[in-house]
Amino acid sequence: MINLERLKAVNKRTYALWVVAVAVYAFLYVPLIIVMVYSFNDSQLNAEWVGFTFDWYRKLFHNDEMLGAAGNSLMIALIASAVSTVLGTMAGFAMHRYKLKLLPLLVLTPIAIPEILIGVSLLIFFVMLNITLGLVSITLAHIAFCIGFVAIVVRSRLSGMDESLTEAARDCGATPMQAFRLVTLPLIMPGVLAGALMAFTLSIDDFVITFFTAGANASTLPLQIYSMIKIAVTPEVNAVSTLLMALTLFLIIVASKLAPNALRSS
Amino acid sequence: MNKAAHSAASASSASSRSRLARWLISGPPLVYLLVFFAIPSLIMVFASFRYAGDYGGLAPIFDEVGKLNLTFENYTRFASDFIYTAIFLKSLMYASITTFFCLIMAYPLAVLIARSPKKHRDLLILLVILPFWSNFLIRVYAWMIILGPQSGLTRALNAVLGVFGVQPVTLLFTAFSVIVGLVYVHLPFMVLPLYANLEKHDAALLDAAQDLGASAWQRFWRITFPLSLPGVYAGAALVFIPALGIFAVSDILGGTGGVMIGNVIKQQFLETRDWPFGSVLSIVLTVAALGVAGLAVLVSRPRRQQ
Repeated sequence: MINLERLKAVNKRTYALWVVAVAVYAFLYVPLIIVMVYSFNDSQLNAEWVGFTFDWYRKLFHNDEMLGAAGNSLMIALIASAVSTVLGTMAGFAMHRYKLKLLPLLVLTPIAIPEILIGVSLLIFFVMLNITLGLVSITLAHIAFCIGFVAIVVRSRLSGMDESLTEAARDCGATPMQAFRLVTLPLIMPGVLAGALMAFTLSIDDFVITFFTAGANASTLPLQIYSMIKIAVTPEVNAVSTLLMALTLFLIIVASKLAPNALRSS
Repeated sequence: MNKAAHSAASASSASSRSRLARWLISGPPLVYLLVFFAIPSLIMVFASFRYAGDYGGLAPIFDEVGKLNLTFENYTRFASDFIYTAIFLKSLMYASITTFFCLIMAYPLAVLIARSPKKHRDLLILLVILPFWSNFLIRVYAWMIILGPQSGLTRALNAVLGVFGVQPVTLLFTAFSVIVGLVYVHLPFMVLPLYANLEKHDAALLDAAQDLGASAWQRFWRITFPLSLPGVYAGAALVFIPALGIFAVSDILGGTGGVMIGNVIKQQFLETRDWPFGSVLSIVLTVAALGVAGLAVLVSRPRRQQ
């Protein structure tokens, strides 16, 4: 009898938790769903549902500024993720293998401080060195903030790895380089790829640091979205947002297939 | 050469090789982060003691007679002009309110996820992270639609208020819309550390408390909550620090009254082009952010040893 009462009380509490949880999930998802739905709405206003249309997508694919910005974003993200994956993997490996002080500090601080600080300090830096603000300065900045994220993912993969495998390779006569290339690297590959995809999404989504390092002539997708939001909100923003969400979702699914635990540990 | 000397020589060459390997591996990322993170940060600190240039940016370090052109003026200006302190305090308040609402929304969710069957947990956590991976501006912009004057929410709210004879309200471009946006973009940062902490709790403790006659509230306040404090502090730091420095949320959802310290920094660097003063504001922001992070580490440390 007592147990049954207890069970009822527990169920009631779990029920209350579920109600709150569903509300929080709704809070997280309803805004994004509204953006997606309105991208198909045949109206200039983001208010009432008028009818279904692909017009906003059609307009988007004829918007040269937007396409140019998307091309820039893609190119920057590809280069930044490639370079930061190499450097971040090295950093993650070094942090796992050696007792270092300065490197972990330099890897972790950019993640911990407000983004705007990285943006403005790089703005001063580039202007002082007479580096023209544009695609190059954006890419250099993106590499800097992506390294840390890759390093963390790679390090967590390494710390979950069986050290004796590398030792066995060394005992069998492999040089450290061979042991790394033939044993360690294949084992941490899923972590490296997850880090690369993470760097790619971070770069393609970044707004704040890009905002300060872009200068007047270069634009990326987030900068373009920002100016569209600031000037005139049309459902074209919804369309580009929906496409960007779909792309990110796709990359996340790929990343989670590659390294099921890498995303959670970050 | 005798045997001992030979092995000593090869050992020393092996150790110098491993030192070389260590430098080859950690060197490139170290140099990159020094050049593109540490040095720019130091330059910004230095810039805060310089004069602003006539056409923006920075004035030359040396004046005509070759004297060093440095000043504390930018700091005294910050200290004496109350408007900046006021905006700073307002930003601290916005970030605190945001942290509080994130906490009370995230906690029940994290408890539920931690107590649900293992096979569901990954999915429930993924559902929290997923929106966080869509572009930050899009998530802010979504609230522009929802809170806008034409939106269903605003019209429904005003229809209800109209019944009671209350004047119509605007939701967008208010402190309310800024806080909603701040909570929305930071919520996952609170859920994740809370979940990571709650997941490790031993359920036997709650059973024991129940057997000793503790009510549900007592069990929560005297066991679950104190044990979860490291997670609470970590989440609070992860929400508070970025919320303090943000400018896009207040820019898009705040209108003219919603200015936060991030907006002022942005304005100093890109519009007024007073870089030294912008640097001072950035440094004050860094000190505040790192202070909060340091505090979170300090407060959570004794708990971690238990």
